[in-house]
Formats: sequence, C-alpha cells, structure tokens
Amino acid sequence: MPTKSLAGVNIEVTEEGYMINSSDWSEDIAKEIAKEEGIELTDEHFKVLEFIRNKVANGETLTIRGINKSGVVDAKTFYKMFPGAPLKKATKIAGVAKPESCI
Amino acid sequence: MKKLLILGAGTAGTMMANKMRKHLARDEWEITIVDQFKTHYYQPGFLFIPFGIYTKSDVIKPKSDFFPVGVNVIYSKIDKIQPENNNVLLEDGKVLKYDFMIIATGCKTAPEEVDGLKGNLWYKEIFDFYTVEGATALADHFKTWKGGELVVNVSELPYKCPVAPLEFVFYADAFFTERGMRDKVNITYVTPMPGAFTKPRATKMLGELLEEKNINLIPDFAIMEVNNEEKKIIDYGGTEVKFDCLVSIPPNMGDEVIERSGMGDDMNFVPTDKHTLQSGKYENIFVIGDAANLPTSKAGSVAHFAADILEENLMCAIEGRPYTASFDGHANCYIETGYGKGTLIDFNYDTEPLPGSFPFPGLGPFDLLKVSRMNHYGKVLFRWIYWHILLKGKELPIDSEMQMAGKKL
Repeated sequence: MPTKSLAGVNIEVTEEGYMINSSDWSEDIAKEIAKEEGIELTDEHFKVLEFIRNKVANGETLTIRGINKSGVVDAKTFYKMFPGAPLKKATKIAGVAKPESCI
Repeated sequence: MKKLLILGAGTAGTMMANKMRKHLARDEWEITIVDQFKTHYYQPGFLFIPFGIYTKSDVIKPKSDFFPVGVNVIYSKIDKIQPENNNVLLEDGKVLKYDFMIIATGCKTAPEEVDGLKGNLWYKEIFDFYTVEGATALADHFKTWKGGELVVNVSELPYKCPVAPLEFVFYADAFFTERGMRDKVNITYVTPMPGAFTKPRATKMLGELLEEKNINLIPDFAIMEVNNEEKKIIDYGGTEVKFDCLVSIPPNMGDEVIERSGMGDDMNFVPTDKHTLQSGKYENIFVIGDAANLPTSKAGSVAHFAADILEENLMCAIEGRPYTASFDGHANCYIETGYGKGTLIDFNYDTEPLPGSFPFPGLGPFDLLKVSRMNHYGKVLFRWIYWHILLKGKELPIDSEMQMAGKKL
C-alpha cells in the first residue's frame, strides 16, 4: 500500500488516497486532506466529519439520506460544504474507507 | 411443545417453513407463520408487465399453495415484536410466544420518502414497476404513449433486485423499437451509483450495453425532489433531468413493524450477522431475505442461498451446537437484455461478477457477463422453478456457496 506524509506523519492510504487505518486520523491530517480537495475546514465541517466517523465505527452504511436525517446537516448544505461528490470527499477527509455501494 | 415462529410468508419465510418442517418433529415443535396478505407475488415477473408480456394473473398465486402440512398459518398484521419477552403481538391483541423466531418481513417501496414523487402525476406520468399496481398502470400508459423523454431513476441504495431497472431500460429499447417509435423515445437511466452498476467488470459490460442501445446514463445522481409542474427530477447537487414519463425505483425500506419494535436501522432493516444470519442482538432470533441489513443484493436468489445456510444454523442453535454454516452473500441474477436474449451475473460479499460459464464449469449452459439466448431461457424457465421447486424448499443443482470454478479472473 502506498504511504503519504500528512501533517508530518506517514500514513497508509489506498490508491485513491483513502486512509487505511481510521485510528491514524487527526484534525491536522483532516485539514491537509481537505486542502488537497480545495476545502477549508470549519467547525461545521468537523461536526459532519465526527458524525461520519461514528457511523462508520458502528458499521453503519453512509447515505445522503442518512446524512440529511442526521440532524447535523441537511443534504443541500452537505453538498455545499463538500462540493461535487460530497460522500466521497467527506469520507476521505474523515479518514474512513470510501463508501462501497454494495447492492 | 416448543415453538418456531416465522414472521412473513414471502419468498424467504415460505422457504424456511418448508425446510424447517422437515427437520423438526411434529410432536415436539409447533411452527407458525404469520403474514398480513393472502397473495404471493412472483416479483421477478413484475418487470414483464409494463411491456405486455405478463399480466397480473401470471404473477400471483395464493400463499396457501406453498405451505407444508403441519404449519399453522395466521393471516394478520403484526403489531409489535417484544424480543426481550419472546413475544409477538398481533393486530387483534393476540400474543404469540416463541422459542426461536425467523424474521422474514421483507422490504417494500416507500415513494413518500422522496418529495413530490407521489404528487399529481403519480400513476399518470410517474410510475413504479415494483408493485403490481404500478406495473399494470404503466402497461396501460405505454399502450397509448406517444413518446418523449423516458427517464428511469433509482432513488437510493439498497433496492430490490439491483439489475431490474437496467433490464427495464433494455426492454424499453426493444419494446419501442418493435413498435416503430424508438426515434420518438429518448431513454435516460439516472442512478446514484458512479456507473451502470457497482462492481468494475459488470459496470463496464452493462455500461457498454447501454451505449450500444443508445440509452443515456446519468450517474452520481442523489434525488432530492420531483417537480410535478415542470416535470423534472432534481438532485441535491442541483442537476435537473426533464421527463415526459418517469419510472421511479423509490427508496426501499423494511417493514414498519421493525420500526415499531425498535429493532431496525434508519431504513428499518434488522442488524444481522452477515455470516451466521443471527440477529445482532438476540440469540434466538434469525433474519433472512430483504428484512436483513446484509451488505449484498436484496433479491430472491440471495434469500434462496441464505435459506440453505439458515436451515443448517438454526438446527445448530436448536440443538445447542456451534454454527457450522457461513453465508457468503451469494447472489445470482439473470439480466434480460431484450430481443430474446439475456446475460447472467454471479457474485458474493467478496467476489465481483466475473465472466465464465454457469453452473457447470466449461459447459454452462449459461454464460456469465455475456449476452446469449440461453441466458434468456434461464430467466423464462425460472418462473416455473420458483413456483414448483424453490418456494417448496426443494434442492436445486446450484451450490448455495458461490463457486470460483468456471470463472475467469
């Protein structure tokens, strides 16, 4: 697996840049990944990231609907905060695996 | 008398009633199955109704035709499950006790979950084909439709029979071509997935088929609302797609009884161990079919393969032995591609659909990830197999565990 230096730490990532070990994550790392995605993180962003990390840690599936119903952020704002592909970007910055749409 | 209770008499519940009645002595075990409806629907047949190939009578039979002798059948709504007390309350207040329970309450479409979907145009210019009502209404609509923008939209994952919407657009292409009006119908497939399907090889193969058939693909579309006045669907990112006829695959949710009982996730699916099929929380409760939150397709084939596993593991649990069977998420889907041809995919939790032959390595007769006439016959024959073999819990010459033999990496 490739590694990447983020916030002064060597982190294992996938080919697409998703962190392998979610426990390596820190707020500084999040800020660096976000910068690469062209996003400046605010407190609001961190609330969403925390929600995503908790969901994933509980083994739950992430969906736009789930985010919309979370009470943390509505889907429209979520799209504005992580423009383009919000779930893909937000999970990358949250240091969790890319959401697999298994059907 | 000990009691095995089965909630839901669809594909999974009916198969389990048949399987378990053979194992459990009738003087020791009482088996009861509960369902609110008396009609069994052959759901794979719904796809054919809008195109006039099947009618309603081709896809329905009484549920009672498929229950084995020696099973109590109760037709009633279920009010609540009380897993802490091993109780199930029925609508009329009756209480059912159980030693072991199988939850097979399935899932269903929830069009009210998308704003505007069930608006003025519902069953006028907006349809689903996952209910017999929607499929027959669409059949009537197509009979006189003059053409225009035909938009097929998958609301969100997971949904039943993941390939059905693709089969629908393939059939639509053939249907309107045969009627000599394909040039008047623009077909667009709008999906929340990043491509035609999820896994790389199937996505490539099915994506090429869409292109070949001149069907537009709009991926990564998370629907926010349907605008009935301007006849368009809008996603959260602001993308808009105009339609003259919208065929929607609404969100799929588990039964409300799961929500009332506080046993589900936010889509009312029951957390379930993906290998043992035991409920995540209760030792004497097992979950099978669409009701479970397993990370595999919501499909009859999955319920069928899982039934073999559950049959074995439930006997282990009843006899106090460690589990001997492990479910691998095996799914097997015939995909109709129109003009009397079809393709086939076979996959599980870990292995994506691969090309090759099925079920006999090198021989077939079916071809994986390839369009052939034989694959179409497989689908046509399947209805007979479903009614006469599968629901009765009899053996089919297909392993419940996915096989790598015959597949090309």
